[in-house]
Parts: sequence; structure tokens; C-alpha cells
Amino acid sequence: MTAYFKSPWRVLVYILLLMATLLWLIPIFSALFTSVRTFDDILRYGFWSRPHELTLRNFQTAWERGGLSRYLPNSFIITIPSLTLTLFLSSLSAYALARFRFPGNRLIFFTYVGGMMLPFQVLLLPVFRLTDRLGLYDTYWGLIAFHTAFQLGFCTFLLRNYMRTVPGEILEAARIDGCSELRIWWQIMMPLTLPAIAAVATLEFTWIFNDYLWAIVLLRSDALKPVTAGLATLQGQYIMDWAVIVAGALLATVPTVIVFLFLQRYFIEGLTLGTGK
Amino acid sequence: MSRLLRSSVIPYLFLIVPLILYLIWVIGPMFYTFYLSFTDWDGVSTPHFIGWRNYQKLFADRVFYISLTNNLKWVISFITVPVVAGLALAIVLNRAIPGEKFFKASFYAPMVLALVVCGLIWGWMYHPAGGLINNVLRLLGISRGPGWLSDRGLALWAIIAVAIWRQVGYIMVLYLAGLKSIDPQLIDASRVDGANSWQTFWHVLLPLLAPVTVIVVVISIIDSLRAFDLVSVMTRGGPAYASSVLANFMYIEAFNNYKMGYGATIAVILFLISLVFIFIYLWRILQTEMEY
Repeated sequence: MTAYFKSPWRVLVYILLLMATLLWLIPIFSALFTSVRTFDDILRYGFWSRPHELTLRNFQTAWERGGLSRYLPNSFIITIPSLTLTLFLSSLSAYALARFRFPGNRLIFFTYVGGMMLPFQVLLLPVFRLTDRLGLYDTYWGLIAFHTAFQLGFCTFLLRNYMRTVPGEILEAARIDGCSELRIWWQIMMPLTLPAIAAVATLEFTWIFNDYLWAIVLLRSDALKPVTAGLATLQGQYIMDWAVIVAGALLATVPTVIVFLFLQRYFIEGLTLGTGK
Repeated sequence: MSRLLRSSVIPYLFLIVPLILYLIWVIGPMFYTFYLSFTDWDGVSTPHFIGWRNYQKLFADRVFYISLTNNLKWVISFITVPVVAGLALAIVLNRAIPGEKFFKASFYAPMVLALVVCGLIWGWMYHPAGGLINNVLRLLGISRGPGWLSDRGLALWAIIAVAIWRQVGYIMVLYLAGLKSIDPQLIDASRVDGANSWQTFWHVLLPLLAPVTVIVVVISIIDSLRAFDLVSVMTRGGPAYASSVLANFMYIEAFNNYKMGYGATIAVILFLISLVFIFIYLWRILQTEMEY
């Protein structure tokens, strides 16, 4: 513990680090401190005044009248199927790309990788038109279909790279025993890939859950909106009461924060896996 | 024979469903945007081909140049501040340090928050009367702090600051992973040779981290070109387009003004700029592929 502070230089670095960290937490502190006060109280007595009253009413307002009780479940209705489908499908394509030599392998792999780097705006209008044509505009399924397809790029990329590291002898042994490829994929490859799947799933959950752009483009009805789009609506509604807006924003992050707290290791692993090695 | 045939068909069977989905929802639309950019599509009626007219209009559009410049400012901020800060943090946190977990989690935390949430939390901090920042300024004796998001000169930078706040942790993660893969013996060797900390950093560590830096820079540029959520939630590109970026400009033209053909034109320009960096990224991946 104290071994770290062996030079004055290190002590200085440590103090700087501590200050930077506290600076970094200020926005979160600001939000928490605001959410438990009434907006009147802040405006009248200033931000730094001792709160005259601590209240959870802002959360209640955001939840009930602000519509978060509707938006937040919608986020799950969109995120869970998208996540499940994209993981399932990308594990299929990743297996093919990782384990078979065939013409087009590289090309398909690079199509996935290139696609995941696209600026979303390039797809915005055609996808909007496509959902409209398919009768999926303003439905959960339009959004789910797009998320599923778009995230295939990143998921396939990561899972394929991971599957390449599984020793070939295991698969070969199963093949000699007459195991079908489908069974090898499901019963041997998938269990071995679980750490990577956990990492990808954690990351994808937050990404899909936090998506805003596609939600406002592919959905119109307020009743279907996920929490990100809902917060934008809430912002317009309560523009004179920031305490409610901030409380709503905090409520909206609870699911991703929980995922992060419990799966931080996987989250970080996923991020680093994404950049090559 | 039949076995050979089977093994050559099998990978395609695994690929067919995901690949078709990907072609329909991602690759196809990418090309379709090019087509739309040559039309007068308004979102409802059938698109008509109008040649280069959208492009002529775009290159004469003042807002386009404002947005492009703003994207450039965003890119430049993004490849400097978070990269330097992220690298510095990674180096400091790469060794056992008391409270390591707390420090790391504090910088990771903003990454988990939705951009919309970041925009709202910071929007409140920037509030001219009640917000934290101007209240701090007041404590320091500046009684009337600026309207951070309503000032033409400040709005964009105020938004970029939020993006940087969220980005630093990500860059730190990438550099931490890069540092882990460096053989500590190389660092020790340079110390034995009499190099001081700064020389070791500059001549040993930084060159070894170069591959990570390439990826970090490319990802930062792509992220800056994608920037949309924060601007949309915090200023909608205002005041008077002062904080407009291409993605936001495109969204407003397409979905608020129903000029979808024109919006597609902006998207094409955005795509062409990104393409350079997508290729750099693919080239890096190809290189790591060759090492196998």
C-alpha cells in the first residue's frame, strides 16, 4: 500500500489524480444533489444552499407524469430481443468465419468490420424508408430488426476473433466422432466462447439501451418510445423544472449502471477486444 | 465426394441468415443513400431523379460549411484532449496504486450513461442561473456567468466538453490494454541503460503503443463524425446553427424540413469523409490478421 509513495513525485501525481477524479465526478454529484431538492429551493437560495427539504418527489413526478414508467419498460422490450437475436445470429456467422476456409471468407469478414464503423447517418433515410415499406415503421419490430442487423458487425467481429483462438484439436476430435457441425457449434464452440459472449452482451446491452437516434427516427408514438427518446420528451415538458429532468435522467441510467456494477469486468473486456487483439 | 461438397456448403449455411439481414439492413441502405442523394425525395411521394442539384445546393449552403467546420473542431479536440488524458491516466493507473478500483470506476462511469443522459445532466450544469458552473463562478466573484449553451462562441465547446468527459475513460481502457501487452522487460532494460522516466516514455513506451494510438485516433475521428445525440439534446444545433454538426444538420433537413434527398446528400459527404478512416481501420485489422 505505502510502497507506492516512495518518491515525492509519486505523491504529487497521486494528488493530481485525486483532483482529476473528483472533478470527473462533479456532474454526477450535481445531478444527485439536484434530484433530491425542489427546483424552487435551488433557484431561490442558490445551488450551494443547504437544502431546506429533501424529497423524492422529483423521481415520482418523472416516473408517473413524466412517463418513465412507460418508457423504461419499452427500453427493455426493445433491448432484450435485439440483444438475444444479434448474439445468436452473430455466433453463427462468427463460427463460419472463424473455422472454415471458403471463398469469400475474408470479404464477408471485412464487410462486417467495415459496416460496424459506418456513420449511422448513411443508413438513416434508407432504413427509415425500408421500415415504412415493410410496415414496420412505428413498431417495436422495426427498431429491433435494425439493431439486430447493425450490431451483427461488431458482434461477429469480436466473436470470430475469439473463436479463432479455440484449439482446433477439440473440434477435430468431435468431428471424427461423427458430430454434426451444428452440434459442434452449439455444444462445443458456444460453451468455450462464453467469456467473449458475456463481454459482447454487456457492451451491446448498454449500447442498444442507450440508443437515441434510431428510436426517434423509427418510432413516432409516445407509447412505444424507449427511455432515451422519452427523456427528450420529458425535457420539453418540464423545461421549467430541471430537478424533474435530472431525476428522470438518473432513473433512466439505473439499468445500465446495475449492469456495469455487476459486469464491469466484461464491459471493459469487450471494449478492449473491439480494437484488434 | 459428398463429404467434400458438404463441408464446402456448411459455412454458407451458418452465414446465410445473418448475412442476408446484414445486406438488407446495412449494406443495401448504404448504397441506397447514394441514390437518394440524387433525388428530390420528401419522405412521402416517389423520389424523382434530379441529378447533381442537391450537391450544388449543398456546396452553396452556409450551414453546411458551419457544420463541417464544427465537425472539424470536434475531431481536433477529440484526437488531442481525451487521447492525452486517457494515456496519462492509463500510465498512472497501470501499476498497483491505492484506490485503483475507485479511480478506474470514476472514469469508466460516464461511458455507461446514455449520451442523452449526459446531455441533460450537463445541460443543467450549464444553466445560466441555477446551474453548478455559474454558481461556482459566482463564488469566485463572477456574478454573471455566460449562458454556456446560448452563446454563439461557447455552445459548441460546451458540448464538446461533455463528449470529452465521456470519452476519456474509453481511451484509458484502450491504453491500459495496450500497456498490459507490453513486455515489462523492455521498460526495465531502458532503465538499466540509464534512461530517465521521460526518455523511457518518449523513446520506448510511446513507440510501443503506436498501434494502439492508431486505433484510438481512428475511433476518435469516427466517433466525432457520428456526433449527434449531445447536440440534439443540448442545443439542436443552435443558437443560429453555431453548434450544428453534419449529423444534426442532416437530421433537421430530412426529418424537420422533409428534404430527405438533401439529407441523403449530407449523409453521403459524411460517409465519404469517414471512408478514409474506415479504410485505415480495416488496414490495421488486416495487418493483425497477417500475423496469425
